[in-house]
Formats: sequence, structure tokens, C-alpha cells
Amino acid sequence: MARFLFIRLLQTLPVLWAVATLTFFMVRYAPGGPFTAEKSIPPEILKRLEAHYGLDQPLGVQYLRFLKNLVTGREPSIRHANRTVGEIIRESFPVSLELGSWALLIALGIGLPAGMLAAQKPNTLQDYVPMSAAMVGVGLPTFVLGPLVVLLFALKFGWFNTSGWNAPSDRVLPAFTLGCHLAAYVARLTRGGMLEVMGQDFIRTARAKGASGWRILTRHAWRGGLLPVVTFLGPAAAGLITGSFVIETVFNIPGLGKYFVGSVFDRDIPVVGGTVFFFAALILFFNLLVDIAQAWLNPKVRLE
Amino acid sequence: MKPIFLVATVGLGLALAGCKKSDSPAGSGSAQSAKKGDVKDAPSRIDGKMVLLRGNGAEPSDLDPQLVTGVPEHMILMGLFECLTGQDPKDLHPVPAAAERWEVSADQLTYTFYIRKNAQWSNGDAVTAHDFHRSYRRILEPTLAAQYAYMHHVVKGAQDYNEGKLKDFAQVGYKVVDDHTFQITLVGPTPYFLSLVNHTSWMPVHLPTVEKHGKAYERGSKWTRPENFVCNGPFTLAKWEVNQFISIVRNPKHWNAAAVKLDEIRFLPITDQATEERMFRDGKLHVTDTVPPTKIEVYQKNSPAYIRIDPYLANYFYRINVTKPPLNDKRVRQALALAIDREGIVKFVTKAGQIPAFNMTPPGTAGYTFRSSGSAGVAEAKKLLAAAGYPDGKGFPSVEILYNTQDTHRSVAEAIQQMWKQNLGIEVKLLNQEWKVYLDSQRQLNYQICRAGWTGDYVDPNTFLDMWLTGGGQNETGWGNKEYDRLITEAGRTADAAARLELFQKAEAILMDEMPILPIYFYTRSHLISPKVKGWHPTLLDLHPYEHLSLE
Repeated sequence: MARFLFIRLLQTLPVLWAVATLTFFMVRYAPGGPFTAEKSIPPEILKRLEAHYGLDQPLGVQYLRFLKNLVTGREPSIRHANRTVGEIIRESFPVSLELGSWALLIALGIGLPAGMLAAQKPNTLQDYVPMSAAMVGVGLPTFVLGPLVVLLFALKFGWFNTSGWNAPSDRVLPAFTLGCHLAAYVARLTRGGMLEVMGQDFIRTARAKGASGWRILTRHAWRGGLLPVVTFLGPAAAGLITGSFVIETVFNIPGLGKYFVGSVFDRDIPVVGGTVFFFAALILFFNLLVDIAQAWLNPKVRLE
Repeated sequence: MKPIFLVATVGLGLALAGCKKSDSPAGSGSAQSAKKGDVKDAPSRIDGKMVLLRGNGAEPSDLDPQLVTGVPEHMILMGLFECLTGQDPKDLHPVPAAAERWEVSADQLTYTFYIRKNAQWSNGDAVTAHDFHRSYRRILEPTLAAQYAYMHHVVKGAQDYNEGKLKDFAQVGYKVVDDHTFQITLVGPTPYFLSLVNHTSWMPVHLPTVEKHGKAYERGSKWTRPENFVCNGPFTLAKWEVNQFISIVRNPKHWNAAAVKLDEIRFLPITDQATEERMFRDGKLHVTDTVPPTKIEVYQKNSPAYIRIDPYLANYFYRINVTKPPLNDKRVRQALALAIDREGIVKFVTKAGQIPAFNMTPPGTAGYTFRSSGSAGVAEAKKLLAAAGYPDGKGFPSVEILYNTQDTHRSVAEAIQQMWKQNLGIEVKLLNQEWKVYLDSQRQLNYQICRAGWTGDYVDPNTFLDMWLTGGGQNETGWGNKEYDRLITEAGRTADAAARLELFQKAEAILMDEMPILPIYFYTRSHLISPKVKGWHPTLLDLHPYEHLSLE
């Protein structure tokens, strides 16, 4: 196990380096720069601005400075002038982490039981109802569902605030919107995975021995049946807890998601680097967790 | 398959039915909002205090008045800092502020400001002429690289100092006569000077504070964080919750604190128009930053007391790259201009009461309205196009309109595409680009026709006309005209107001004959605003001095 972890951690280094390098050159070569504005800046001012942020240096030097910032997070943001990249992530990540965790709970809480139910009696009403709902959930983007739940539960019924991140109740609508969307995927994956396992020999054996349907589901089938969900959840969870641009915009939430999109629009190079790198590291970390979970769920998978 | 469809349809039906239900069991406080189109008013007191809640667009990049460039920052800073002159709440004419009075020399080149003796910084220090002197030095220091330093270039020696050509700041036209007397010497007579000194770039900063938290003449000082902040305006910075709100509260040290009615203003950064509109409807805002175009008619019909649309000192136009055929022929440009139905665009596309534009400078800008030669019609446009060698648009090469990715710009471009096809028989293509890519293409003249907008920096025709000087930084059309350059330069030296405006008339006539730009409309600014807000007058720059606002 220790050896496995060590090798996996070593493997992440080249991946992170590749992500960082690609990010740097893509944002550096994108047309327009951080100071491109509708009112063009006098050339001598522009020169000094670029000098201040080291953008007048040879590309190699800029690249090294960019890499260094990924480790220290001390580089100031260009768009948010009095804060550093590290501060931006420290301030906004807890918000996204909380929202993402609630959403994940909702997604699993709805998605897993729905998928299990459907798999238990495929091609019956018990399958069609949750799966049709899931199709609606998959097809309904969050930028539609978000405003819809606001109109209904905030403006019509007045149960919640339309947006914001102050009262505890402000978590409900965004977490629900984000969670519902994901629940749909979870439900479909659970159903698929479960159905596959239910058709296998060891399940038939269990049935032959007279085990009840419920017992088969909760004792034998779930381990194998949930493998696709677990695999999916790794990157999905990393995505959830680093914030969603759409949800944060619709509900005006001070999360990290805004920076992913905003920093690219602003060509705010240090923040683009910091957020992308952070996200990449999280994905790798969650994939590692997934591998460990898979080994635990499926005896056929060996960590070595 | 069938059952799935059935269930899905039933499910959807239920969801829709839920939306339509009109009077449902209510949660707390929903009685008012239950009826369609009803707006819940934001409370006028929060914990007994008069707090104005204002939607403010994007999250401010900083609160250093000498470094920021955006409108959201301006909206906050005008509560935090006070310039030498202030603005009248009704028409923004200059009124005494940090300076209680001023004198202008007969040649209009020297302004002497008498700073009031009771003006104080929020930390208790006196506001003196030295503060203004040091602040203006800071913004002009080349190392600070302040984007709006050019607003000071009307002052003698300022441009040279800013560009590093002049090393001795004593030679720049700022002079401390005594602690409370500050003198400014200009390059030429500048009739709009007293309005110019209201701009954020003319706000003083507390240099000792700036130096305490960083370097005075470099970026990156942490002095703009709430715990470090020192200012001299009617409000001080209380809280800055990033991406949530910025709260400014009444400054008890301000000389006019007794007259300020609001206890606090909260600026909420909300980038999404629809989100902002929902917050307003839910009583979470007194004033919004904008109104979604689709909601304008709804509010005008159902809740007219809650919407305001006022003229704004800005215009919407198309730049033309005059360096490439076929658009290097001015007859083609004139034909294109004539073939746009501007009334149709403002009435059916943009819908917010915009004013059709046939010239560059908004009418009534500091007493200046362009004398139009009367607009010819489509027939004339066809004639011009034929004269240029394209009768009925035959043989006209393919031309592209570039715009930055946004719904309104696309709709306007589509409308114009259709009008040119119908009226002139020419085909144009549309191309959209992401904001910075589009700005880059525009700068590099890598376009044929390109959507553009311009907001006046101050209320004077100069801000709309001096950008078209040959090779000017904002020109971006490749167009230049010697006579035009001469007229604008001469206007900058002319002290007589009427003669000066006449020079602008002549210059703009040249611009509108040469047509390197196609004016489309003059902007309006629309807000959703609670009727409880008092003292909010329509002003051309959409500025509303906060010391005059109150909540009923």
C-alpha cells in the first residue's frame, strides 16, 4: 500500500507539470493581455505596467516565475489588485467546499436509492419513474434549474433568499440545484452498474440459495454495482468542491468557480495558473482515492 | 418507450403546474410577493439604520482611486473620497467640496483652490494643500503606471513628467501656496477643468498610509484593505467581503457629516442581470446596476414606479477600418451609414429608450449639439454606392462585422446586416469574438467593421472628438485628417467658449462627412430603483452624490 501510494504520488508530478506548462503557454499566447481594455492604455504606461508584473521579461523567466507562484501562491492577482493568488484560493475555496459537499450529499442521497430501486425491477414502473426523472435531471442544465427553483421557492413561496451566502438557509437552493443535476448521473450509473452485477453468476447462486432480493442487493451486489459510480465520483467531487461558475453566478455566491472563468476572461495569468493547478491537484488526489476505494470494493483490483 | 414518455410528460406537467399556481400556502413574508409582477420593497431601515443597498456590477479590482479604471470602483470611491470640487446632485455642475472656493485667472490658465480649514481625513489628520500636491505627484510618477494619469495631462508639465521626460516635479503646474491654498497651472484654457477634477484620478490619497503598507510610487500597497483604509469623503470603508459586499458608513470626521443622511451604503457585486433583478424583486436591493433588456417592458407595464431610464453620456457605434477596400472609399462608408434604420434598432432591438445617433457627440453635451445637415435617405445611399462602383450592391466584396460576444451586440449586428441587404443589396457576415480577442483585433486593425462604444470621461465634446486625432491611441480606424487635427488642437487653445464650440462643430462635420465611424445610438442607463430612494436625479454620467441621498 505504501509503495503504491509512493509510486502514484511520483506519477502525479509530471502530470501537474504538464498541466501547468500547457496552461501557461495557452494563456500567454491567447490574443489580448491582462491590460487590454476598451480605452487603450498609452504605450509608455503599458510598458511599465507589464514591467511591474514581470511580463516584459523573456518568456523563460516568466515561465519560471509562473511555476514558482504555483508553489508559493504569493503572486498578486492582476485583476484583484490587492490580493495574492493564495489569498484568493484560501478565501473562496471553503465556500465552494461547503456548497460542493452539500451538493454531493444530496446527489448521493437521491441518486443511489433511485438507481438501486430502478435496478431492482428493471423495465417496470419502478424503473421508469426514477429513470425518467433522471433523464430530466441530466437534460436540465443548472442555469435553467437554478432560476426555476429561485422563482418557485424564493420569490413565490418566500421560503429562502433569492441569492447570497449569509444565512444557513442560503445553502439550500444552490446545493439542491447542483446536487439534483449530479443525482441524475449517479442514478443512471448506479442502475447500470447494479444491473450488470445482478446478471452475474454469483448473484444467481445467492438467489438459488434462497437469499431475499433485498439481501442480495445490500449484501452481495452493491459492492460491484457501485464501481462505476465511484469511478465517476472522483473527478465529479473534485469539480463540485472547486465551485461552479453557473451556480455562483445565479446565486451570487463568493466561491472559487468564478475565478476559473473570470481569470481567463481577464487574462489574469497568476490566477489562471493557481486555480487550474489547484483543480488539477485535486482531481489527481480524488482519483487516487477512487483507486483505493475500488480496490476495497472489488477484490479483483490489486493496488500493485 | 411509451411509459417513459408518459411519465416524463406527467412529471413535466406537474412541475409546470407548480409554477403556475397563483395563490399558494405562504411561507413567512410571502403575502406581498405572491402576486405576479409584484415587487417587494427593500426595507428602508436595517437595525434602525438607514442603509442603502445597491447592486454594483463587477467586483471592484481595488479601491485605490489613482489606480482603478472601472465604473463599479468609481461608484464606491465617490462616497469615500472628496475632490477639490464636488458635484451638484441634479446636473453635476461643480460645487465646493474639499475646496470651499476657487479663483480662475483671467487667461483661464491658473486655478487657485482654497481648501476648507475643517477638512479632515478619517484618521483625524487635516486635509491640506500638501495632500493634493503629494497625491497628484503619485499618480503622475512613471513607476506607478496609473492608467488614468492622462486625465492630468491638461496641467502644465504633467504629461512630460508622466512620460519620464521631465524629472523635476517642481516644474509641474501644481503649487502649494500655503497649507490651505493650492494652485494649478494648465497648458491651455480648459473649460471643463472644474468638472474634470471630480474624476477618481483627481481624488487625494493619504500618502503616509499608502507608504505604511507598501511603496508610495509603486503598485501593490495593501493600504486599500478596510483595516488600513484612510479617506476624506463623506463615508469610510467599513467592510470588504470579497464577492459579497462592500460596506461604507458615514464618516463622522467629514466636515459635512451632519448633512449626510444615509448611515451606510452596501455595494453588492452582482454580475448577472437576471440574478440582480430577482434580488430586487425579493426586496434585497434598493437600486440595481442595470435592468435585463427583456424585463424593461414588463416593469414599464406592471411597476413603472420601480424603473428609471435616463440618457447617458455614451454612444454605440461601428468603427470602420478605412485602410482596406472597399471601405477605404468614403462614399461606401456614407452609403452604409445612410442605410441603417436607427429608429428601428432602438425601438425593436435595444428597447431601452436609446436615442438614434447620427453623429458622435451626444446632444446637449456641455451646451454642444451637433448641427446635422439633415439626413438623406436610402435613395441617396444607393446613389453613393453606385457612384463607388457597386450599383445595387453588385460586385461588392464580402464584408464582416466584428462584435464582442454578447446578445445585444449580436441582435444589433443582425438587424444592420438585414438593413444593408434590403437597402443596398450587399451581403455582410457577422463574426463574434471573446472580449479581449475582439479588443486585440480592433487595436491591430484586424477587422473591417467593428462594434464599439465610448463613454465620456467628462461632460465636454472634447472627450468624444479628440480620440479621432490622427494616430490617436483610441482612434483604431486608421483614419486621419489634417484639418480635423488642426481644429481639435485649436479648440484646445481657445478660451472663448462659443468660438471653441464652433471649432468642434466644424471638426465633427468633417468626421461625419468622412465617416470612419457609423454612429448608431446614444446609450441610456436603466435602473430598477425603489421609490423610497430620495434625491436620485437623472444625471448624464449616472453619478448620484451620496450625501444627497436618503431613504423614506
